[in-house]
This record gives sequence, structure tokens and C-alpha cells, in this order.
Amino acid sequence: MPIARDDVAHLARLSRMDLAEAELDHLAAQLDVIISAVARVQEVAVEGVPPTSHAVPLVNVFRDDVEWPCLSAEEALDQAPAVEQQRFRVPRILAED
Amino acid sequence: MAGELTRMSAAGLAAAMAAGEVSALEVTDAHLARIGEVDDAVHAFLHVAADGARQAARAVDERRAAGEVLGPLAGVPLALKDVFTTTDMPTTCGSAILNGWRPPYDATVTRRLRQTGVVILGKTNMDEFAMGSSTENSAFGPSHNPWDLSRVPGGSSGGSAAAVAGFEAPLGIGTDTGGSIRQPAAVCGVVGVKPTYGGPSRYGVVAFASSLDTPGPLARTVLDAALLHETMAGHDPCDSTSVNAPVPPVVAAARQADVSGLTIGVVPELGGEGYQPGVLARFGEAVDLLESLGAKVVEVSCPHFSYALPAYYLIAPSECSSNLARFDAMRYGLRVGDDGTRSADEVMSLTRAQGFGAEVKRRIMLGTYALSSGYYDAYYGKAQQVRTLIIRDFQAAFEQVDVLVSPSTPTTAFPLGERVDDPLAMYVADLCTIPSDLAGNAALSVPCGLAAEDGLPVGLQIMAPVLADDRLYRVGAAVEAALDSRRGHPLLDEANGLT
Amino acid sequence: MAGQAGGTDRAGAALVPLDEALTRYEPVIGLETHVELGTMTKMFCGCPARFGGEPNTLVCPVCLGLPGSLPVANRAAIEYTIRIGLALNCTIADWCRFARKNYFYPDMPKNFQISQYDEPLCTDGWLDISVNDPDTDGARQVRVGIERVHLEEDTGKSLHIGGATGRIHGADYSLVDYNRAGIPLVEIVTKPVEGTGALAPTAARTYVTELRDLMRALDVSDVRMEEGSLRCDVNTSLSPTGSGRWGTRTETKNVNSLRSVERAVRFEIERQAALLDAGTPVALETRHFHEDTGVTTAGRSKEEAQDYRYFPEPDLAPIAPSRNWVEEIRAALPELPSARRARLKAEWGLSDLDFAALQHAGAVDLVARTVEAGATPADARKWWLNELVRRANESGTDLADLPITPADVARVAALVASGELNDKLARQVIEGVLAGEGTPDEVVAARGLAVVSDEGALLAAVDEAIAANPEVAQKVRDGKVAAAGALVGAVMKATRGQADAARARELILQRLGQG
Repeated sequence: MPIARDDVAHLARLSRMDLAEAELDHLAAQLDVIISAVARVQEVAVEGVPPTSHAVPLVNVFRDDVEWPCLSAEEALDQAPAVEQQRFRVPRILAED
Repeated sequence: MAGELTRMSAAGLAAAMAAGEVSALEVTDAHLARIGEVDDAVHAFLHVAADGARQAARAVDERRAAGEVLGPLAGVPLALKDVFTTTDMPTTCGSAILNGWRPPYDATVTRRLRQTGVVILGKTNMDEFAMGSSTENSAFGPSHNPWDLSRVPGGSSGGSAAAVAGFEAPLGIGTDTGGSIRQPAAVCGVVGVKPTYGGPSRYGVVAFASSLDTPGPLARTVLDAALLHETMAGHDPCDSTSVNAPVPPVVAAARQADVSGLTIGVVPELGGEGYQPGVLARFGEAVDLLESLGAKVVEVSCPHFSYALPAYYLIAPSECSSNLARFDAMRYGLRVGDDGTRSADEVMSLTRAQGFGAEVKRRIMLGTYALSSGYYDAYYGKAQQVRTLIIRDFQAAFEQVDVLVSPSTPTTAFPLGERVDDPLAMYVADLCTIPSDLAGNAALSVPCGLAAEDGLPVGLQIMAPVLADDRLYRVGAAVEAALDSRRGHPLLDEANGLT
Repeated sequence: MAGQAGGTDRAGAALVPLDEALTRYEPVIGLETHVELGTMTKMFCGCPARFGGEPNTLVCPVCLGLPGSLPVANRAAIEYTIRIGLALNCTIADWCRFARKNYFYPDMPKNFQISQYDEPLCTDGWLDISVNDPDTDGARQVRVGIERVHLEEDTGKSLHIGGATGRIHGADYSLVDYNRAGIPLVEIVTKPVEGTGALAPTAARTYVTELRDLMRALDVSDVRMEEGSLRCDVNTSLSPTGSGRWGTRTETKNVNSLRSVERAVRFEIERQAALLDAGTPVALETRHFHEDTGVTTAGRSKEEAQDYRYFPEPDLAPIAPSRNWVEEIRAALPELPSARRARLKAEWGLSDLDFAALQHAGAVDLVARTVEAGATPADARKWWLNELVRRANESGTDLADLPITPADVARVAALVASGELNDKLARQVIEGVLAGEGTPDEVVAARGLAVVSDEGALLAAVDEAIAANPEVAQKVRDGKVAAAGALVGAVMKATRGQADAARARELILQRLGQG
């Protein structure tokens, strides 16, 4: 069995999703099956094969150091759940350092 | 008249408007009326922008009256997948976490449509964040296949495919990441195209899997798809993955519609066990047809295609786990549980648990797993290496043939609810389409008949090399013309789910 | 006595004085420096990179990370980074990619940072620094290896509301401004620096100073630590002398000035030595430096270090700088500070020791500009190193912050050279300029400080002095020429120092039959 339920709970925490116990049980079972299936990639002989991150090869795509129009603060904040002093108001952040 | 208008192709409507036989407003009204008639049952649309559409149509009529030379699709209505940002319409991506979100900017594709006078009728339903093959993962209820309302229209661009198949719009736009244009097109009996990756711009397309997502056209004819492809595609400086080359001559190729002298490769790995007999039968006949039209047909093995599905279901979730991290309740979208005592992390976690559906949650966790320290090499890393081998398979194949063909998807439209509890069974719908997403090359699905077992549409998939999108249209149009001629009427005339 | 591993060290933590610590341990230091690039626009979008905008007005879909937005790399930022890499003697990558560093934090709109991971743009270089050694009164040359130089984007800024100090601890909520989100940042990481011994704190400070000066010379950033355009994290570890074993390192953040760099290293050496003496292992952790008290306190434990799940950024094309482009950038590099210093030292004909004294005083640039303004190197040195260093120490400021310009100093030197001022008067002029009374010429005029050039007046003063000091005058007549000094003194006193002392002496000797 490639993935334990505790691991799935850990993944949920890592990806900031507060899942109920029953949901975790259900998803853990499904993930176990899926991971077994996708692990098939390990059967392939890949010695000396470089990984592909970009299928259609392009390099050096740049823009000039020139200004373009900004959004107004109204536009930027329009959809925000909470705004104060023209800033995004967010719940207390735990210290990260 | 309205009924006739909704039966016309985009090219036909454009010609009629250009000839002054009908106004853009009349065309738009006819389609809005059709939507009113059938969309309660089909649920192709999440948002119908009636006022905006009529305003855009009027503007086209005014420009034409003023003597302006308009683009080839001016005044033609279109159904836009709700994954493209639009400033004057909500953009939900089929998700509760973005319910009601109004973006402050238009996608490049949206902008190009508006500039050329295409009339956006509204935003169509989709699997949440483009993850799925049936639109059953939409937070707002599934769409229904116009051929049989108890069946899925495919996904994730199921809404756009259903809209086009249901005559609610002659044109649709979707995105294809693992097959999300071609598979719904196939099961709805319409044409769907995944252009070369980087052809149409991704700026303003809410990202699922960045290295795979490709916007593309859906239509009822190959020529219509080509016209829309040409309108949509082209270099965009706002997208660093945008191809900096002219759009391949897809319209000319669609008109050429001739396969004599071409070599066509059949991929044995994309067929056989697990494929519905009726699908294989129609596919076989399509291959015979191509031969009779003058093409040479050979078999070309692509051995690593058997690993495309697992590779895809590692790469796509990995990228999506990162792309969807931004939905954290801080700047837009759903916010749950902010009672003044909870921390930002807690509010984020409650919001995401409530705002994301099950498939999205599965893929986020799968992706987080595959990228984790200690697992990266065995999962994500390996998958990227398999991706290289698939690209090499294509390159080797295209040295022998001009295009490759396969069924677009192993089965016809399955019943709603049949696969929702079995993710792997759902994933299998993408078996044939995924290789082209991984390799970035162009691929198209064109209807090639109905399966004998159930009378439901079957799609023929055509695959072409990177930047050779025109070959798709050349071959697709030839098949379409021959089959239409044989049949004596368009395939969709036989769709009776909506009567 | 048990140490306090990982606990707060605020209240009387055990420390072993630096000198003593170094008898048993060898410090190894490392520095990670972030430099905000001075480009016109942000790293991945065209929003202005300038300061001072109203909150959330210098933003766009890209730097806000709105759904559907995509980054496009700023060519100038790439060029500046290559410039920095070349100046640090690095190898510039043939081909490299950006990578996503994934973690959740509200000041990061995408909840990932576009950075570089295992493919930095520049690697494997060095910076030679000259560290003042008070023991030998000279300088030790240290080669600081550079591990990597890479590019990334900066975060937004948060205000934390409700806590006691405006800091994050104890805050009720936060307010986020994304104006600075997406500013290009270059991260420069040194290799571990060994063998500096007692000079470790100074070496760390010198490295940051040199790096700062280099960035200024390259014109890639205004590198102001106080404004955050130059940020520094310091890594410190102790290795028991002769053990050949590396110690556990701590990373100290919130080091916001050059002085703090030095103090933070010093404190960490002393703290870690106390722990190790007591047999307590040093915890692998991040520490926070406190400006007011000069101590570090424990922060996040590095053992629980985050897994950032790096993967290559799919939205950006790889960077493959052509060798042509790299050579163009290299050819356009300005004279680097080290080369400039070597050139000036040769031009001014100074010994290593003398030049080091100038560096130590922070006077190299000032002297150079004074020379450019017309003074001789010797005069420029003399005035800056003597009178002005004294004044700076008195007022507790840095030499460069004194309210007198190199042009002013050159003018004073010129006035002395032409005889219009003598040294004593010149010092009074300098005092006047520092007091804000105006330019040297204005001060001379206002205070009436010019050397008396009227020969008649001088002669009168000479005669008066002779008349007032008959015994001394007689001694001179009798051949004791040295006694004339007292008479010169009398003339100077009578003229309030404004006589040309040398001329007065000549006249005295003439008058008394000796000249």
C-alpha cells in the first residue's frame, strides 16, 4: 500500500485543506488506488533520458523594462473579502520568521 | 427563420450577414431564443449574457453599416468556457471557490473575440478547474448531452460541446489539457481541436496544468473550427509560452480537404481491449475511408503511449497543486470561517475544504505528494522522463507518416453518474487524447459516425506534428465531406435528445 | 552549568567572550544577501518598481497573482544579474530555468515564489575582501567564495494590527499591500568562510560592505540596508579547534545594518561557545537579531524546515544567455571597486598600510573626489585623515556624513597652497563650513580669516614684537636664530594667527641682522 491515511492527512494539511475525518477516509482509499496506478511510470526504462518540463522548446522569452498600465486600487480590491486602509485585510498570520 | 439560423454553420451565418440577408442582432436573438428553449434541460451555460451579447451584435451591425471591413466571424455567436476571464461576466471555472468572481481583466482570447466582432453569448459549464471528463465535477450541476440527456457531454469542456451540439451556438471555445476539448467533441458529435501548445494564448485562462493547457475551438464543421482557430491563435507577448510563429494555414487546409498522397499512421497502442466495439468499428471504417480517398495507411507503434495516462496523472496534478494554491480566501473568492479569532491558515483551510470539490482535492493532494521531497524523483521526475519518451515516439512516428489517427475516446457518452465514484474509470476516457497534450502537438476530433450499440457519436482523432495544425484540418475536412456526402445530411440532424 | 538550548537568551544567557571562545573554537560564517534590483519595472510584469505609491496602486493581474495571469521575465533584470555574477567572478549558466518555491503566506499572491532552485544563473565565484586587523594594524586578505547568484521575485508587505509592537506576534489581523510584490531580487549566497578566527565578525561586516559597494559601482541597485534594498542573513557555526568537524549552524535574520552584521556574528560565536562548553549541542535553527539589545533569540526550528516542493516553472521559458551577450555585458562592466582601489593606491603612491588606513576610515572615495576637485593626494589625505576624522569622531558621525564636501576640502587645500591660509586658519575655516556658515570662501570672508598679506602691517607687527621682547631679540642678534621662534609666536598672537608665519620669520631675521 503506497500511502497511509496519516500521510493523506499530512498532505491535506500541507495543501491547506481542512478535511473532515470521513472525507479523509474516503479520499485516502481513492488516493491509494490512484497512486498505485500512476506508479506504473516507474516500470519504464529511463536511463539517460532527460526530463521534459516544456514540450515545445522556447528559450529567452523576455519583455523590455518598460512600464505598462496598472490596475487602480479599486479594481485590485474590488473582489477582496475584506479591505481596510486600501489594503487587503487578512486574518492574523502566525509568525513564520 | 430563427430555427434555420441556429442550424446554420458559422461560415454560413457570416456569409449571410455579409450579404445583408440577416443582421447580427437577429442571429444573436435567434440563438438566445434557442438557449431559452433548451438550456434548462442541457445546462450548457452557467451565465447567459443576453444584454451584452445583443449590445455586441448591434455594434457589429453598426460597424458594417458604416462600411467597415469586418473579420470573417463578425457577428457570429459563441459559447465561451467559464475558465476564460471576462470583465463583464462572472468567471467561476465551475467552482464554488470562485462563485461570482468578476475578473478585472479580459483573457487575450476574450479580447481577440471582441475585437473581431464575435458575439459571446455567455460562459459555459465545465468540470471544476478543468479537471474531469464529464462536467459532473462542476459545482453547479452537470451538463447534459443533447444526443441523450441522461448522458454526459464529456469534459471538461462539456458545456461548450453541448452548446454547439444543441444548436445553442455555432461556435464554442474550450481548453484541452488531457483531452478536454476532443473527448467532449467526440461524445457530442461535433468537431473539437487542440491546437499546438502555445498556439492560442493562455493569458487569462485560469491555469490547471500550465505546461498542458491549450485553448481551442469547437464547432459543427471542420471549416468553422478552422475559422475560429485562426481568430483565436497567434503570438501573445503576455504569455511566455506563446509560439512566436504565424498561425498555420488552417482555413486554407480546411478548404483543401484532400488526403491524396498523404501517409496516415494507425497507433496500435490506442485501441484494442477496453474500447467499445462500436467505437472501434466506426474507427476502422474511417481508416478504410481515408485509404479510399487516396491516403496510404500504415501501422506505427508508439510504445510509450501506454504510459501516457499515468505520466499525465502525475504531471497535471503536480502543476495544479501549485496553480490552485492561490485560492486562499485572502484576495478574492470564497472566504469561510473568518470570525475574528481564527488565523489566516485556519481560514484558508476551511475555505479550501468547502470551496473545492472532491476531484480537485484528490488532484491537489496527488500533486503535493508527487512533488514532495523524497518522492519527486520517483513520481514527478519519472513522469517528466516518460514525457520525453512520448515526444520521441511522436517524432519517430512523424518521420514515417504525415498524421496519426486513433479513436478520440474509448467509449461513447456514458450515463451520468456511472463513473463519479470511480476516478480511475473516469480517467480512462482520456487514454487516446493525453499523448498529444504531453507532447504539445496538434490534434483534432471529427465525428465519424454513430456506434451501433447505442446510436451515439464516435470521434476520429487525427494527430499532427507541432506547428503542423493545418494537416489536421486537411484530413478532417476530407473525412467530414466524404461522410456527409455518404450520409446525405449532417450527422447532428440525427441527434434527437432534445426533441 | 547547563546552557539554554533553543530557549530565549534575553535574560542573562551564558556567553563566552569572543577572545576566549576563539581559543577553543574556529568560527565558520556564511552570508545570504538579497539585493533589490533598480530596474524600472517589476520582475515579471510592467508595474513600476518605484517606491512611494499609495497602497495597491502599483499592481496588475500578474503581480497580484490573479487567476489566469502569467509572468513574463524582465530582460534588464536578467542582464543585471549576469553583471553581478561576472563582477563576482562566477560562471554564467549556458541554460537554466526558473523554479517554483511553494509555500502559503498572505504576502505572496500565488502562494508560490518564482525563484531558481538547482539551476541558478551564476555559480562558483569569489569576492576578495580586505579585513582590518586591529592586532597587526594592517589588513588580512580574505577570499569569500560565492556559491550562487540567482533571481527571484519579492513579496508584498504586511502591516500587523493589534499587537504591542506592530510586529506579527500578538497581532489581531494584518493588512497587505502588494506594491512591492514582484520586485526583482537577486540572492547572493557565499560558500562557508573558514579561517577568519577573531576577525570573523569584522570579515562578515566587510564582506557586506564590499558587496554593497560593488552593487553601487555596477549600478544595479541603490543597496540601502535601512530601506531594505539590501538584506542580509548571517550563518554562524563553531568547529572545535583542530577537530576537522563542522559545527551546527544557525541562521540569523533581521540583520538590518552593517554594524548589526558584525554584532550578530559576535553574539552567535559567544553564545554557541557557551553552549558547546557546557556540552549542549547547538540547535539547527533560525534566530532573530535584536538591534536594541544586540542579542539573537530563537525562531523557527530548522529541523522542521519546510519542503518547498520545487519544480521547474512551466510558465517561463528557460534562460540561455548567448556567450555573445555575456561578453557584451562583461565588456560594459565599469571599473570594479577592487580594481579602482588598486589603481588609486598606485596613483597616490601609497603603501598597503597607508591605503588600508584610508579604507578603515571610510575615506577612499572622499579622497578620490577631493583629488578630482583639484587637490593633491597628499593634501587630500592629510585633511580627511587628520582634522576631519577627528571632527567625525567628536560628533559621532561617519566621515561621509560630515557636512563638508570634497570640493570644499579641495578649496581649503588650494587656499593653503597659495598662502592665503595657513594650517591653523584652515582648520578654523573647516570648523566654519561644518557649522553651516557656508563655503570656505564665505567663511574666510565672514570671519576675516585670510592670512595677512599686507607687508606693511606685518612689518609693524614684527617691530612691535621685537620692541616688546628685547632680551629675545638680542639673542637672535647674537646668533641664536632658533630664538626667533618666540618672536614669530608673538607676531602670530598679535595678528590672531593670520600672519604668514614663514614670512614673519624672514622679516624678523632680516630686522635682526640674520636674514
